[in-house]
Amino acid sequence: MQPELIDIRNHLVQHSPFDDMPEELVNQLTASIEISYVRAGTQILETGQASTYMYYVRSGAVEIFRRSGELYNRIGEGEIFGQFGLLMQRKVRFPAKALEDTLLYRIPADTFHYLFENDENFADFVEIEDRSRLRSALSRREKSNELMTSRVTRLISRKTVSAPTTVRLQEAARIMTDNGVSALLLMDGEGENARLAGIITDRDLRTRAVTEALPSETPISEIMSEGLITIRASSYIFEAMLTMLHNNVHHLPVVDGHEVRGVVALADIVKYESQSSLYLVSNIYHQQHVKGLKKISHDVRDSFVRMVNEDANSHMIGSAMAGIGRSFTQRLLELGEEELGPPPIPYCFMALGSMARDEQLVVTDQDNAMILDDSFVPEEHDEYFLALAKFVSDGLAECGYTYCTGDIMATNPKWRQPLKVWRNYFTDWIDNPKAEALLNSNIFFDLDGIHGHTKFAEELKTLVADKASKSQLFLTLMARNALNRTPPLGFFRTFVLEEDGKHQKTFNLKRRGTAPLSDLIRIHALACGSRAQNSFERLKSISKTKLIVEDDLGNLRDALEFISIVRIRHQALSLEAGEEPDNNVRPEDLSPFERSHLKDAFQVVSNAQKFLRFRYNTQVARHV
Amino acid sequence: MSEVPTVPDEIKRLPWPAQYHALANRAKASVLKAFYEAGCVSPDTHVSEVPLVALDFETTGLDPEGHSIVSIGLVPFTLDAIDLSQARHWVVCPRLPLHQVSVTFHGITHADIEEAPDLSEILDDVFASLNGRIPVVHFRHIERPFLNVALQYRLNEGIRFPVIDTMAIEAHLHPNRQPSFFKRLIGEKPISIRLADSRTRYGLPHYAAHNALIDAIATAELLQAQIRHHFSPQTPIGDLWL
Repeated sequence: MQPELIDIRNHLVQHSPFDDMPEELVNQLTASIEISYVRAGTQILETGQASTYMYYVRSGAVEIFRRSGELYNRIGEGEIFGQFGLLMQRKVRFPAKALEDTLLYRIPADTFHYLFENDENFADFVEIEDRSRLRSALSRREKSNELMTSRVTRLISRKTVSAPTTVRLQEAARIMTDNGVSALLLMDGEGENARLAGIITDRDLRTRAVTEALPSETPISEIMSEGLITIRASSYIFEAMLTMLHNNVHHLPVVDGHEVRGVVALADIVKYESQSSLYLVSNIYHQQHVKGLKKISHDVRDSFVRMVNEDANSHMIGSAMAGIGRSFTQRLLELGEEELGPPPIPYCFMALGSMARDEQLVVTDQDNAMILDDSFVPEEHDEYFLALAKFVSDGLAECGYTYCTGDIMATNPKWRQPLKVWRNYFTDWIDNPKAEALLNSNIFFDLDGIHGHTKFAEELKTLVADKASKSQLFLTLMARNALNRTPPLGFFRTFVLEEDGKHQKTFNLKRRGTAPLSDLIRIHALACGSRAQNSFERLKSISKTKLIVEDDLGNLRDALEFISIVRIRHQALSLEAGEEPDNNVRPEDLSPFERSHLKDAFQVVSNAQKFLRFRYNTQVARHV
Repeated sequence: MSEVPTVPDEIKRLPWPAQYHALANRAKASVLKAFYEAGCVSPDTHVSEVPLVALDFETTGLDPEGHSIVSIGLVPFTLDAIDLSQARHWVVCPRLPLHQVSVTFHGITHADIEEAPDLSEILDDVFASLNGRIPVVHFRHIERPFLNVALQYRLNEGIRFPVIDTMAIEAHLHPNRQPSFFKRLIGEKPISIRLADSRTRYGLPHYAAHNALIDAIATAELLQAQIRHHFSPQTPIGDLWL
């Protein structure tokens, strides 16, 4: 390269993918450029024409279309186009037209292929499918968080301490003390045939054995916890963390088939990530008053920001925030029961929406309901449950979970009903679906029992899983509702670009991104009879049915992760700046990296919506 | 320097292709002979078909007789493409002292030119890019006269060729550049036909650096824009050259 071409080179290196390119390659690239000026309205590329260049917009603007004539993208200064044709059959895939008078730098095919061979970043950037760019962007990010790259086995520091289920209470306590462990695994059988049967922890000894003054000769099998939640040895630390958060357990046996490899305790993870959300959760259970809960609720936002800064993924953050919200609710229910006395009949307190999906963020209102035992007699029992619902709802509001504007709360008598009424609700929604009504009841299809007789909630999940997949009209109407909100096409300069070519100054990352995605994932999950609530878990169960090809599922997962993480980061930045976080984003707040990958993610959402429309044959007027 | 033979008027009056032919026969220096023998396109050739070369000199001043060339930038191009792989830039040692004024403008220092070759040493390379192409400049009273004088000095014969002058095109497009007294009173500004200002009118980017090569590229881009806006690819080259 002639050193006098530095001006041209300097423009390139301010933009991706040239910003990370080795100097030698950028110089070679610069020396191979052909400059061409085109007037507004000039057709630059026609479909089917031979591809000979990749284009870089030095000034001006270019519009890229699909073969159908739909606008695909609008390209401004410092952006590239024409790379797909070079990578594909060397035929132009997307026609391009100058929107403004434009100065183009043409990069000849030979140079393009040379860069592709010699610069991995460049190759990733121009890769044929946008989605693989999204994947590599995410994996780079994931690599930076140790919780996501280290296996749970790394936390196992000592030999497993176990005992047969036949030991007595005192013997068990002695083994734990001698070995200095906070949990003891209890096994049925011996040697090769030993099977994990239960666990006993320090806490069990305190709360069950000591407070109930059990004789030291009590068989351990009478007080141990059974039906253990375990984690596979191949899991990552963050998965152990999610499992603890979701189930509110402090010890997880790590298993490899039938072999027990060890136990991971909450304290082990807290040590790994001091100030963790798990620490906050355990602190919630120590509070004796609403006042104390309110005080520590201020730590929730700090915990959120910390996780974002430690590059946690959206599943981790969403689960942690939901786990915290669930813990506040559970503790409030415990405190309420202490104040009001034990419940007169069994009940289940149910979380709905994002908390049930384990996808909660910091800006959230409370969505909850109560399922009461069928022996419910309003005159006798409802005064208690109303008082309890009010206690919890007011307490949650104190702790920053605002009242639900749609009045979907257990304080609303409509959502404080016996199981049989709930069964009727769901049966009616599914068997006699009406689009308008479904719009309002959408939130009930993400549900999770979090306190009390949680089997009631499980029964409802079973009912939904059995019925929903069989009602084509229900799924069709759900699909129609899910298509009401569409993603934007992308970005152009400081604007959000809509499919019709119009511009907006801001857009809502929830309404236009995560919500349409979780809506459509819910429908596919319902269609294949899944009981999962979390969107990532739902994608896993959809995968088992082969309803959607594996590639597309991977794209949905990546798109959801990327849009969520941008939304999360946006909120964390607001919090750090002392502003109230929201979901509205201006394109100028996004990094070039976020802009280009968000566009890819929106493309995935848009394609997935097209598939949904095709599958349920729903023709709807779209509005934003 | 001996007396430079003058070109007779009947040759000067010939159309450019015939004139190149005649000059090829008269030329003594091999670089000039080769230049003229490469020929000149006919005036009715569409501009889109013509090989062009944007040319820019940095000089020690504005007078070809009293000042010298300090650097040469050029880039071969067509209406369709400016080919940076063929872009060239040379610093040459001026015959006459470097003025402080021009040093501050183009940034070429005494140290740079101390090691620089004399123009005579790079003539073959320069002409390799000029042969068979029509030169394009911004302000025609620099490159052509300076090259003519420099060659007279070194080869004892001058050079003649047509140029396209992007500044002349702007002047032609804006005949009333100076607003009337009244218009000036109400704040209207004169229209500038300087390179950077002309480029702005076509939405062309600003180049921070000033060197002969980037200015040659800037001139080539400007001509592409002028033709796309005010002429057509079919415009005969004879309508554009001077």
